[in-house]
Amino acid sequence: MTQLELATDRGHIVAAETLAASPLAIRGLTVSYGEKPAVFSIDATVQDGSMTAIIGPNGAGKSTLLKAALGVIKPLSGTVSVYGAPLEGQRARIAYVPQRASIDWDFPARVIDVVLMGLYRELGLLRRLTGGHRQKALECLQRVGMADFAERQIGQLSGGQQQRVFLARALAQDADLYLLDEPFAGVDAATEKAIIDVLKALKAQGKTVVAVHHDLATITEYFDHVFLINVRKVAEGPVATTFTAENLQKAYGGRLATAQIEELELGAG
Amino acid sequence: MLFEALALQLGYNATLVAIGSALLGISAGVTGTFLFLRKRALVSDAISHATLPGVGLAFIVMVLLGGDGRNLAGLMAGSALSAWIGLICVQSLTRRTRLSEDAAIGAILSVFFGFGVVLLTIIQSMSSGRQAGLDGLLLGSTAGMLMQDAMIIAGGGAITLALVLLLRRAMTLVAFDPQYARSIGIDPDRVDMLTMLLVLSVTVVGLKIVGLILIVALLIIPPVTARFWTERSEKVATYAGVVGGVSGYVGAAISASTPDMPTGPIIVLTCFALFLVSLFLAPERGVLAAYLRHRRFQEKVHIRQGLLSLAQQQPVYEPLTIRLLAREGLARLDGVPTEAGRARAAKALLDEHRWQIVHGMADFEAISSLYDGLRDIESVLTADQLAEIDALIGGPAEVTP
Repeated sequence: MTQLELATDRGHIVAAETLAASPLAIRGLTVSYGEKPAVFSIDATVQDGSMTAIIGPNGAGKSTLLKAALGVIKPLSGTVSVYGAPLEGQRARIAYVPQRASIDWDFPARVIDVVLMGLYRELGLLRRLTGGHRQKALECLQRVGMADFAERQIGQLSGGQQQRVFLARALAQDADLYLLDEPFAGVDAATEKAIIDVLKALKAQGKTVVAVHHDLATITEYFDHVFLINVRKVAEGPVATTFTAENLQKAYGGRLATAQIEELELGAG
Repeated sequence: MLFEALALQLGYNATLVAIGSALLGISAGVTGTFLFLRKRALVSDAISHATLPGVGLAFIVMVLLGGDGRNLAGLMAGSALSAWIGLICVQSLTRRTRLSEDAAIGAILSVFFGFGVVLLTIIQSMSSGRQAGLDGLLLGSTAGMLMQDAMIIAGGGAITLALVLLLRRAMTLVAFDPQYARSIGIDPDRVDMLTMLLVLSVTVVGLKIVGLILIVALLIIPPVTARFWTERSEKVATYAGVVGGVSGYVGAAISASTPDMPTGPIIVLTCFALFLVSLFLAPERGVLAAYLRHRRFQEKVHIRQGLLSLAQQQPVYEPLTIRLLAREGLARLDGVPTEAGRARAAKALLDEHRWQIVHGMADFEAISSLYDGLRDIESVLTADQLAEIDALIGGPAEVTP
């Protein structure tokens, strides 16, 4: 059986080579806390070089999907492949930006120490930290507009600044695929601009960006692909054809008023 | 007498104990730092109490095999094994049931300790056990310490310390952000297990000197003390090693220079003294510094508010504000500003306007975040930048001749 047949055989109308080249291909992923699936039998194929938003109502499993794709949570079933190979061997090509609320910011560390954590894979257990490493961390801070904060204790930062430090840590990893969990949640306008500029620059370099996103009003401006989820997959594809009133209704149900959808000024699909 | 002890001139045994205690203190302090950063200090309590049944069983086995029941290496091996079993019990109770870790620790700690006490009582009634002195391992007993014992303690402490240094980056990462650690391929569960193994080995090494009940203090008090002095995790570890080492050395010297003073408890009390000093006197996080900072801050706020009121020709009502303004020579006690007060008030109002402009400029974000209503704007902006801002404000107050 050829790869193509294998793919169609499993009920996915996906060409085999797209699957192999995809930065992130998820098949049949189910994650469950207790006995209630948080995400159920998800298939997803992220396009290389795209900026993809994962959207859906609260409790739809957006963050869970992202964490399971990274192996941060263990899925009940399903496979994840990264650039055509199993996740474990491809960790060097992925950078993750967690939700900043998951951290105790009173931890004894300076901003630059957090960014240097992004070099862990490069440093390993034994290698000494050099001026070169520090320089690299400072450059990453520069890219998110936080170079002036390098020596500050992380507890002194505002929420938006914390988020940018996390992004700088991911940049230090020199990855090809960036996975971000609600990078724009509760940040100030200056931070939102700084983050989206960095993400667009990454895309311009041919990197792939996937972000859990909550603000439907900025989807068309920020992203080129969307993945709609409500425990199950609702739709995935380019913003122009997938981010439609019909799909939003399917994902959000009654939780999104018709008036709100109309405000987004979408085509009929 | 204490001086001679500190200079290691109080005889063979005292010297062995002092050096052993210092090494133990260093490795306990450094290892404990990562437990403290991971917020799992209590686990060390479970580990240490779970050593006791192993001590008893090791003694019985060694006697039955015809050996010396008090052999330190044998007792350490037994205690390590039973602490390991206790640790596994805590882990699996936490993971497989809905029990929280603190409840699991409480249950395991008391059950293992109770079982250990029963074993020690049985040993007391055995003919060979009458002189065993195993209860010395509860609170430490250094009186009959042999060169061989000291070597085991020094070697064990040094190996533990080396392993902690090797794993420090991984342990710091897992303590700070376990999900991110997992995303870059570090398994937090495995790192946690290794951390616990290191804590276990410190506990076992410390049995002879501070005993199993007090080792927790030597693991936790040094990092807590160190935390008062620094905001960087690697420095917390270094300072904790120093605090632990000094406590071990000085504590051992104090107990050697005073008849019938137990070593372990004195070491712990020395450590606690260092903690108390840090708690009150540490420059940033200490209680005294925090109080003075608050007091100074309050005074600055009152003066600033008073000046802004004067600038806008509003009356100053609060007695404290008026007293402070008078103390600084800025106003009379009836609230009328002095010449100096008027000048400072005008300056305060101008600076408020300047800050408002800074807040609106994206380039000044880092500076803008420094605004707290009190900071001198001249301390964060250059004269050129200020001139630029003043040009934006306009109005008579900014026209300089």
